[in-house]
Amino acid sequence: MSWVLIALMVVPLVGALVVAFLRKNDRTAKLAALAISLVELVLAVLLWTAYDPDGERIQLASGVDWIPAFGVRLSFGIDGIALVMIAVIALLIPLVIGAGWAEKLPAGRSQGGYLALILVQEAVTVAVFAATDVFLFYVLFEVMLIPMYFLIGGYGGARRQYAAVKFFLYSFLGGLIMLASAIGAYAMASDELGKGTFDWATLVTVVRDADSTTQTWLFLGFFLAFAIKAPLVPFHTWLPDAAAEAPIGVTVIVVGILDKVGTFGMLRYLLPMFPEASKNLAPFVLVLAVAGVLYGSLLATGQRDMKRFLAYVSIAHFGFIALGIFSFTSQAGVGSVSYMLNHSISTGMLILVIGMVIARGGSSQISDYGGMSKVAPLLAGMLLLSGLTTLSLPGTNSFVSEFLVLIGSFPTQPVFTIIATVGMVLAALYVLWLYQRIMTGPLRGDALIGAAAGPGAVGDPERKTAIGDLTKREIAVLAPLVVIVLALGFYPQPVLDVITPTVGATLTEVGVTDPVTVQEGK
Amino acid sequence: MNLLVAQAQTIEAPEIDYGAIAPLLVVLGAACISVLLEALLPKHQRWAVQLVLTLVTLVGATGALILYATSERPEQGVATLAGAIAVDSPSLFLWATLLVLGFGSVLLMADRSVEPGGAFVAQAAIRPGTIQDRAQATKTGMQTEIFPLTLFALGGMMTFVASNDLLTMFIALEVLSLPLYLLCGLARRRRLLSQEAAVKYFLLGAFASAFFLYGVALLYGYAGSVKLSAIATAAGGTDRSDTLLFAGFGLLVVGLLFKAAVGPFHAWTPDVYQGAPTPVTAFMAACTKVAAFGGILRVLTVAFENTQWEWRGVLYGVAVVSMVIGAVLGLTQTDVKRMIAYSSVAHAGFLLIGSIALTPEGDAPGVSATMFYLLAYGFTTIAAFGIVSLVRNSDGEATHLSQWAGLAKRSPIVAGVFTFLLLALAGIPLTSGFIGKFVVFSAAIDAGLTPLVVIALVASAVAAFFYLRVIVLMYFSDPAPDGPTVTVPGAFTTIAITLGAVVTLVLGLWPTFVLDWAGTGTFLS
Repeated sequence: MSWVLIALMVVPLVGALVVAFLRKNDRTAKLAALAISLVELVLAVLLWTAYDPDGERIQLASGVDWIPAFGVRLSFGIDGIALVMIAVIALLIPLVIGAGWAEKLPAGRSQGGYLALILVQEAVTVAVFAATDVFLFYVLFEVMLIPMYFLIGGYGGARRQYAAVKFFLYSFLGGLIMLASAIGAYAMASDELGKGTFDWATLVTVVRDADSTTQTWLFLGFFLAFAIKAPLVPFHTWLPDAAAEAPIGVTVIVVGILDKVGTFGMLRYLLPMFPEASKNLAPFVLVLAVAGVLYGSLLATGQRDMKRFLAYVSIAHFGFIALGIFSFTSQAGVGSVSYMLNHSISTGMLILVIGMVIARGGSSQISDYGGMSKVAPLLAGMLLLSGLTTLSLPGTNSFVSEFLVLIGSFPTQPVFTIIATVGMVLAALYVLWLYQRIMTGPLRGDALIGAAAGPGAVGDPERKTAIGDLTKREIAVLAPLVVIVLALGFYPQPVLDVITPTVGATLTEVGVTDPVTVQEGK
Repeated sequence: MNLLVAQAQTIEAPEIDYGAIAPLLVVLGAACISVLLEALLPKHQRWAVQLVLTLVTLVGATGALILYATSERPEQGVATLAGAIAVDSPSLFLWATLLVLGFGSVLLMADRSVEPGGAFVAQAAIRPGTIQDRAQATKTGMQTEIFPLTLFALGGMMTFVASNDLLTMFIALEVLSLPLYLLCGLARRRRLLSQEAAVKYFLLGAFASAFFLYGVALLYGYAGSVKLSAIATAAGGTDRSDTLLFAGFGLLVVGLLFKAAVGPFHAWTPDVYQGAPTPVTAFMAACTKVAAFGGILRVLTVAFENTQWEWRGVLYGVAVVSMVIGAVLGLTQTDVKRMIAYSSVAHAGFLLIGSIALTPEGDAPGVSATMFYLLAYGFTTIAAFGIVSLVRNSDGEATHLSQWAGLAKRSPIVAGVFTFLLLALAGIPLTSGFIGKFVVFSAAIDAGLTPLVVIALVASAVAAFFYLRVIVLMYFSDPAPDGPTVTVPGAFTTIAITLGAVVTLVLGLWPTFVLDWAGTGTFLS
């Protein structure tokens, strides 16, 4: 069944080529891209069924030699975490295409070019999660930046050039430092084995026994790349700019998918390869994580721009994820991985809904809105639901993961966990306040009743306005997300079953015992 | 008198391995024929005949090289012409590199469709700025001496990378430099700038040659020989004066670093790259770099390998300075050619890292890595300058960056190819530039130069910014109303750009073949 994994990368690439040739006809291009992304979704479902949670560490593996001189192979395979991430990519891309159906692109840009770039981004991102060769991972990690650079720079808002370059340089620098570490690991492997290799499984066995100084340096190289990508405070400043300037669909991809490469990398590369350093440096990472939770929450509360608000919400959530990863318990680990999935779904939904708000008002400033539920009650409901899942209300998908992270981290890291809990309270504040400002009260705001009405003017909801409620297309885009949010909120078991063995294997590689599991064993 | 006769009888003509040096002989021989043609042929026939001769020569020399390389030959290489020329695996690789890069450059020089009559002046003797000068700019003739000059320069470069003693190296240095000085001054447009570049290059180059020669003299005083291997033997534990050795080494290396445009010896690079006719800039950026680093590699690994602990720190510092100068000053440039010049200074720093990557055991993992980098960089640069020559306004090439704004809207293909080349120069994966950086850095880490590699990586990230800036300009900015037009290139330029871009892509995807070939052997010592 390894062909499914290969097909998941090849189909969107070929599709992108086809779509790129349809630049003349926007409608055909959109239909073709949507069809390709749906094929991708079907393939992802096939992949899910082919994966055996209790099987080997890396499954559906395949590979060919690429640069034999350096032992570099084009090898792909998935574990439970990669599977979940690939599935969420395949899920989000059709929704992104659907949500952007009516979006106006900047003058002179065609849908064909835009959608082709999105499909290329999808292919490369799937490949990043599937790569099992460290060199290949690095290559894809950097190549991943190129379509995104053009997506932000070519189709974004007013300061798109600045945002695109900043995004690129931050990630590129992080990647380069990671490359130095990867070469260091390679040099160790060639000393030890007599022949260099970049194979992930082999490198893990070689590097994990290195002395702690070497491990620390190599760890820091990889960590910087992942901390920029994830992003952890203080390496996060590119994200608000990128999220604010990118078109809304691209924001979903940046925040919902690309960032996960960072936390995925921590689990796949940092922990197994450098167990010693991971444990030694965990306090340092946890400080950054908790700082991210508080900082992200506070800044989200204070944001005036909805898209920047989304970026800071994500920074807070990534703090939670990193907290779970570096607490080294299986509950927290499982919580973190399911958080990665649920963050993609709930924040993805929140971004799409906010995108619909912005599409109606034409402004991303919160102060330009008010009382919108009077004219768009369904949209208000969706904003409320996506907000509630973002703040992890019980019964929604995120609650399960946030709860698991906190309860799993508490036994090993009580202080950090208690501080992070403050983030949950702040989450309620920033989400509900956002909802309140946009949706409740009298109809007001420049975006809704026009700037001509003057400050403080109140609109009449009975009068016909240009602001309408959700269209059928928008409902079709949001409906699957609503179903998933509620389904995973009440019955998360299918996802947890896939994740748990991989997280367990990762923690075994780190060599930590699980305090919670020990208690259960008694 | 009798004594002299007796001495004369003991001197025997050295053995010459004609097969081994055939490529060299072909190039230099053709250069001489080319001079004769220049004198004998009527003016209107020269361009075609010279071009055919030059291209046939390069193909023939490559053929002779392949013939020799695939024949039965000693694995460690041969020293011929009384040990003056060493034909070993690195020599062959560098020769092949020079020949193919030279081929690409000659194609750019030969193009007469982009600028009617070509990038070179119709009559160099006309004073710039006069009425006759304005008339010559619109004529279609050109000084066809550029072809023999290029062949001589190429012959000099090939000799330079294969020379086994310092005197041969000096002569080769002069043979390669003098034609380049002339070529720099032959631009059809902006002739004052071009002539200024030539004079600057000549004066500074003469200084550098003097440094080199002084270094040779001191080293001769130290070792009693100018042979590289003899210097290595002498340095291997004697009570001779270290002052002579290190002063000689220092002066020699300054001369070499100057030619390679390594900072802080790079001062000529931006001016010369900007002023010279673009095809000549491409030729210099690609081939001179190969020749200079070929020489540096040979001198460091053959003659000074066993004193590496004394000089490594110095070149370490030079590499850092070069990368920092290239990356930081590159950020401030507003002219495409100057920007690529500073980028070449940064690349020279990366190449120097590969050149000093010697392990304590005497292995030189950096040699094959550096040679691969040179090949990859050369192709990318030639194609990049090819593209620069296409973007023009009524005044000639439009090299100011602001004129490139919105280029992608007008000519997406040119902008796309240039973007790809810039990404290669930045070292983004799936291009040859990345593989080159990767092999050089892994060789350096092998040799224990990890901190240097980290500095290099940061410099790469900084340098990436100015490449990105051009991409931003081309794609995300609106075109200026009176912006330049993109000329549809003729066959020659198209072939050169395609060759460069395709090699950049292929070496990024399947570098194995070239990597293996670069790693087949070591320098003859």
